[in-house]
Amino acid sequence: MDNYKGVLVFGEIGDGKLTPITIELLGVGRKLADDLGEELSILLVGSKAGALAQEAIACGADNVYIAEDSLLDAYNSDAYTQTAANLCKKVLPSIMLFGHTDLGCDLSPRLNGRLGGGLSMECMTLSIDSATKALIATRPVFGGNAHATMMSKSARPQMATVRAKVFAPAERADGRQGKVIPVEDKLDASALKVKVVEKIKEQVEGVKLEDAEVVVSGGRGMGSAQEFTKLRELANVLGGAVGATRVACDEGWAAATLQVGQSGKVVSPKLYIAIGLSGAMAHIAGCLGSKYIVAINKDKEANIFNVAHFGIVGDWKEILPPLTAKFKELLSK
Amino acid sequence: MNIIVCVKQVLDPEIPPAKFKIDPETKQVIPPPGVPPVISVYDERAVEAACRLKDKLKGKITVISVGSDKAADVIKHAISMGADEGFVLCDPAFENLDSFGTAYVLSKAIQKIGAYDLVLCGRQAADWGAGQVGSILAEILAIPVITLACDIEGVDTNVRVKRIVSDGYEIVEAPLPSLVTVSSEIGLPRLPAGVRLMMARKKVIPVWKAQDIGAEASQLDKGNAHTEITGLSVPTRKIECEIITGATPGEAAANLASKLANLI
Repeated sequence: MDNYKGVLVFGEIGDGKLTPITIELLGVGRKLADDLGEELSILLVGSKAGALAQEAIACGADNVYIAEDSLLDAYNSDAYTQTAANLCKKVLPSIMLFGHTDLGCDLSPRLNGRLGGGLSMECMTLSIDSATKALIATRPVFGGNAHATMMSKSARPQMATVRAKVFAPAERADGRQGKVIPVEDKLDASALKVKVVEKIKEQVEGVKLEDAEVVVSGGRGMGSAQEFTKLRELANVLGGAVGATRVACDEGWAAATLQVGQSGKVVSPKLYIAIGLSGAMAHIAGCLGSKYIVAINKDKEANIFNVAHFGIVGDWKEILPPLTAKFKELLSK
Repeated sequence: MNIIVCVKQVLDPEIPPAKFKIDPETKQVIPPPGVPPVISVYDERAVEAACRLKDKLKGKITVISVGSDKAADVIKHAISMGADEGFVLCDPAFENLDSFGTAYVLSKAIQKIGAYDLVLCGRQAADWGAGQVGSILAEILAIPVITLACDIEGVDTNVRVKRIVSDGYEIVEAPLPSLVTVSSEIGLPRLPAGVRLMMARKKVIPVWKAQDIGAEASQLDKGNAHTEITGLSVPTRKIECEIITGATPGEAAANLASKLANLI
């Protein structure tokens, strides 16, 4: 394992640029490489990859590996795994970093399976153990209710995926020097079994739950599908989206796509208003990243008050209408 | 068509967090008394996906689970939903395996079961959520893998899968046999009918140990683990909830609105 050296970032390209998460990975990758006293490299794939090599160097890369193949223009699990695996077998990176993106979530476990490394997903912190030079990663487990520290004693490469905006972007410096290295291996087309036959962009009505600045969520306490619709008015006044607990979705009061929680959507709005929901572990996992959590529940012992910044103890039926009316009045000014 | 579904038994994620306790020494979660463990939500959706395929195409569903002897309960749950048979993979050597160890044990069980067209797994476990077992298993079995399915649209010589991406969907195809990981967007799992529930409850679920599936001790040695959990903690949140009051509920509501309007 001593043969494994340096940090390799799997770069992503969007709209002809390095994506923001890629620049963040170069930022944290640079720091890890400096702590190891080793080099930072990046792999860029697709026919437009070469044009971005200098940009990657300016963002901190010492080496830029370019796999310019039109078969790599769009993500294909088989083609990307093969390309990354071939490079890793040559370069032997000690650490490999991915965004916790569509691409990273699909590619990294598969690549890990092929290379026999050690992967931790959705990491919140990454550092180097001064004694062993191994990567120390922390990640959320049990829907974010606990944090685990992960290490790979001997498996290499040590791999990690990282969510967007967890790390600061790399500081850009034009004039930095680095090497651009073309990847010579041609893809073995016979090993490409998985085919993407169609891509469909989803049309969303109103504000998308994941993007909303305000989310108004309801749970079991709403009582019925008809009562549940009353959350919509408050959401509309605040320009936000409606969310729901698993129970509310299972009851059929809300569409399954509105479920907030571990097995639903993870949201991080400015304001999360939780109405008639107790705050089960799996639900909290989906809204813990909100800037302000507000709870309205008649049970003052409900767990939701343990994570909320503001709350009213009372029957939502007596609180929601005047709350909506007051917001309407305040926001119209 | 032969479908194998891999399921895991987990701590019920719907418990209130006050019941969630960890042991930082052993880096394990202490099961809350009186709360039965459940089938991991995504794995239940994988069973549902298998049942939908069986409804359309006929075939046989076999369910396997690496876990304790209690894991027979999740196999029975899957059988009550429509699976035909199942096996619990239980051995002291299987305890606290990492993703590679778990995938290895599953691969040995799948090789013992023999012929299969499709292997289904949940997208990740609802407890540790490593999100890797399906992909590593596919690599060990040397079959294609499609992750994050929200629909398995068809199976002939290929499997055709609708998978979730951040801005919509992709339709992806792979030749059989393949492995597909299933996401919760596939929709609610069916409620078992009473008769099937009774039948499943009476079923004796065979337990396979390491030697039954030919799992080698060297592959299960914790010293060779690819990843190790070196710490486990519960994050502390220093939030004091400010309870907003008023002479009437309406006044409290108005006070809350005024407060929040200044923050957003």
